[in-house]
Amino acid sequence: MPYGEIASLGSAERIKKILSLVLAGKVVILQGQLKAEEESRLIEDTMALIGHISGFRGIELAVLENKEEGAGAKFKNSVARMLIGQRNAMTVIGPANIVKEIKRNPKKLEILLK
Amino acid sequence: MGIFSLTKKFFSKFFKGKRKVKLGFYGPPNAGKTSLANKICEDWLGESIGTVSNIPHETRSVQFKEEVTIKKGAKELSFKLIDTPGIATKIDYEDFLKFGMGKGEAQKRAKEATHGVIESIKWLDDMDAVVVVIDSTQNPYSQVNITIIGNLAARNVPVLIAANKVDLRKADVKKVEAAFPEYDVIGISVKEGTNMEEFYESLFKLVRKVK
Repeated sequence: MPYGEIASLGSAERIKKILSLVLAGKVVILQGQLKAEEESRLIEDTMALIGHISGFRGIELAVLENKEEGAGAKFKNSVARMLIGQRNAMTVIGPANIVKEIKRNPKKLEILLK
Repeated sequence: MGIFSLTKKFFSKFFKGKRKVKLGFYGPPNAGKTSLANKICEDWLGESIGTVSNIPHETRSVQFKEEVTIKKGAKELSFKLIDTPGIATKIDYEDFLKFGMGKGEAQKRAKEATHGVIESIKWLDDMDAVVVVIDSTQNPYSQVNITIIGNLAARNVPVLIAANKVDLRKADVKKVEAAFPEYDVIGISVKEGTNMEEFYESLFKLVRKVK
């Protein structure tokens, strides 16, 4: 999902859209990153749904950031952010009954499915 | 911003000199938050704050000690201690069945645990300083750790990372330090009492950062 698809939405709508995809059994790979407050709100909303939707046990969530150092990289990232949204990160969100685990280290994500 | 928030902000500024620092303990389930909170309370109050267990989500509601005072030489530090339920992105009642629970009990625990996570997140807004407790035998790059710390950074809340369980062979404090280079990390073992003096010293430094 390109970040542009949710860029114009408010936080609540953004989370609602992501969760609706997850509840439909999809693993969302977002080109970009939610704000810190949105990530915690996503966890809150997920918790509120557990026990109310049959078979839903929560989500697996991981963010991989591109932490390039140096003035050149920072300039490139800020220009990219202005033009096409938050592109220097990738967020993976999947339903816990499909995604068993997301292993993360600084440079890679491993998604283990059930 | 609502009228309630504005009023709260006004009064908290007005009484800033008198208010007590609210020190929260956050982290994923089974990292040792309540064990650490118990250790502090036992060391300085002579009583514990909550029960601990190897079954995840033993703490399912926020627990307090209104006033804890720790002393180091002539220095004294008082705070309200807030122990929060572990934050998780998934809770499956079937995981509790493995610990010998019946289905009804496991479902009840899961439901309470989901409420506990929501309560923990809501309390983030009220913290003055936070100790994030991480199990140093686990991968520190878990999104729960990153989300908690990211939220505290966004709120300008000072953070100390306690990398617990250093008594275990798999513990890797260096990895925790590498994951969070902007923060003070202290390796401790609540079980063995390792590095507790240094931990208390770090608490003084942490609370000094509260604005």
